[in-house]
Amino acid sequence: MSEMTGTPIAHAPGFIANETPRIVTARFDYADSHTLERYEATDGYQALRKALEQTPEEVHSEVTDATLLGRGGAGFPAGVKWGFCPPGVWPRYLVVNGDESEPGTYKDRLLMELDPHQLIEGCLIACYAVGLSQCFLYVRGEMAVAQERVATALNDAYDAGYIGKNILGTEFSVDIVLHWGAGAYVVGEETALIESLEGNRGMPRLKPPYFPASIGLYGQPTIVNNVETLANLPWIVQHGASAFTAIGTESSPGTRMVAVSGHVKRPGVYEIVNGTTTFRDLLYGADMCGGIRDDNQLKAFVPGGGSAPWFTPDQLDLPFEASQVGPQGSMLGSGAIMVMDETADIPAAALTLTKFYAHESCGKCVPCREGGTWLEQILRRVVEGRGTPRDLELLIEVGETICPGDFPHAAVPSKGIEAVPFPYRMTTICFVGPSAFAPIHSALTLFREEFEAKVAGNEHPTMIEVAVDV
Amino acid sequence: MKFFTEENSSLAEEIIGRYPKPRSAMIPLLHLAQEQEGWVTDEAMAEIAELVGTTSAEVLGTCSFYEMFKRHPVGKYVINICTTMSCALMGAGDLMEHAELRLGVKSGSTTADGMFTLEGAECQAACTEAPCLQVNYRHQYRVTTNQFDALIEELSSSDHEVPEHGVLSQIRQHIPENRFVGVVPPEDVTAAPVWLNDNGSDQ
Ligand SMILES: Cc1cc2nc3c(=O)[nH]c(=O)nc-3n(C[C@H](O)[C@H](O)[C@H](O)COP(=O)(O)O)c2cc1C
Ligand code: SF4
Ligand code: FES
Repeated sequence: MSEMTGTPIAHAPGFIANETPRIVTARFDYADSHTLERYEATDGYQALRKALEQTPEEVHSEVTDATLLGRGGAGFPAGVKWGFCPPGVWPRYLVVNGDESEPGTYKDRLLMELDPHQLIEGCLIACYAVGLSQCFLYVRGEMAVAQERVATALNDAYDAGYIGKNILGTEFSVDIVLHWGAGAYVVGEETALIESLEGNRGMPRLKPPYFPASIGLYGQPTIVNNVETLANLPWIVQHGASAFTAIGTESSPGTRMVAVSGHVKRPGVYEIVNGTTTFRDLLYGADMCGGIRDDNQLKAFVPGGGSAPWFTPDQLDLPFEASQVGPQGSMLGSGAIMVMDETADIPAAALTLTKFYAHESCGKCVPCREGGTWLEQILRRVVEGRGTPRDLELLIEVGETICPGDFPHAAVPSKGIEAVPFPYRMTTICFVGPSAFAPIHSALTLFREEFEAKVAGNEHPTMIEVAVDV
Repeated sequence: MKFFTEENSSLAEEIIGRYPKPRSAMIPLLHLAQEQEGWVTDEAMAEIAELVGTTSAEVLGTCSFYEMFKRHPVGKYVINICTTMSCALMGAGDLMEHAELRLGVKSGSTTADGMFTLEGAECQAACTEAPCLQVNYRHQYRVTTNQFDALIEELSSSDHEVPEHGVLSQIRQHIPENRFVGVVPPEDVTAAPVWLNDNGSDQ
């Protein structure tokens, strides 16, 4: 990045800088980081110029070589996904997933509020490389300020000739349309996002096709990428894939943004080196969270957003590397770490997540619609001291209607429990159903004694027994 | 009687004109209706149906799926307290209890004077700043009970910048006519975009 002038400010709410090379948060120190002026003064739109001097294939190859893993949750390499567009089928669209709403996740909103031009430049690079002729930037409905910042940036970039007809005097022409949602978590799932963008109820589509790259918006090839994924593109084009892969590991290069919330000393959003940074570095590092609040003991943490099975101190030394986290029973998901110290009431904490997924079920599949509600109700009575030992079995039985067979979980060496690796089997269309079960399954597997204490003595059912066919 | 004001009608046309299929404008138009009236009325849905070429029932179907669309009047300020995990771990439960006492209403209801609607909400992408809340979808971070009271005072006075419920982004996207590439229905596009062809490629 070229020399910056101007006054650095206290960091944006949530963001905490550390020693990591800053790829996507580089401008966050500036009070005017969101303006076109600041963006242009700090190398902004130079990557676009550079891309336009190359062929689209060259740009695409650079991104493929960078092994840029999708930051929306699934971690699929962007360059490879772009290649799934069927040849000869036009038009192709880009849909930007700015619906950020997975519990614990806080990064895309910062990127949209603090550096919207970086995102816009990323969108333009993707459109150029893959031949996408229109871009829809879908911002979560409840993010009024992000919408304002993105709208302003789009208006300024149009006026400056970066978006629209004949960009920078070339043949490359693309519109970016700001679109926004209206409050529904499941719309973050990419096929639901497309349904919503078509003006429908935001319900996920049946798979296959597994990627909207083959059949997406209006039935056309459509690339859906997460905000953070796209925000990496200007840096990759500017500095080259090899500079990107020089950071992190071969299978997880670059940096990623993670939000750490809950019982740590310095909750915040950090840009960390991918692949090598461990949960211990993040939770205890002096330049990161600095340990557990009040120097309490760490009890458990959710490593990858509310959908992820939980970890305990035994997994602290795992790095941000999917190939190591998966076999240990969880996933990195959306880069959201929620921390519980020794004072946390585990069943109650699990309930705050299960109620979320039960509430957000779109209702398309029976196991999710019915199962999620039952899981919430049963867990609630356990948490409130009205449950029975039978309820603990019932929780698992209902869960197995959503995810038959072994469900992934972490190892507990002290109790002789071995890890069950990812992934799981599921009877539902999308991951909302399984996500209602995941916190319950983890909490019950890792902290069964806390549940037993809550139901102890309640031998007589306080509610009518529910018959569930498994 | 038309539902949309003249100004909003032309805005609606502009928004519809950005999508290859008009129906895609449904959610933005529902927001526009809510901005005009504070909630989504039957008249609004009927007019949106006409504008995007579908039925009122279809508009209701979409509208009713999304939590932000209110189909009855709500308070001037909708206060959403996040109750998901990180906020719950950091005291959202106490904050909600306090808010109910302070406003004298249960979560999910509106004060008698029509000023405040209190709701429990799901994760607001501000988990590191827990417990948090939103007033008309604008964040407040690490909210203590005292800060909550101060916020209510502030909102009750005229000395604040939070717009009334329904107003979301106060900046609108405007695509200058001379820069607008324009939309073509997908079925009418048969060739690769020119910049791919010019580079001799048809991936
Ligand atoms: C229930 C559900 C919710 C999701 N929510 C989001 C979200 O809010 N933001 C996001 O980028 N991806 C979300 N995803 C992942 C998207 O389906 C998709 O994989 C992603 O946007 C692709 O972008 P990427 O490859 O750049 O990560 C969600 C997935 C599921 C199943
Ligand atoms: S799993 Fe749940 S949210 Fe997902 S499609 Fe099925 S019912 Fe809808
Ligand atoms: S849990 Fe409250 S903002 Fe995310």
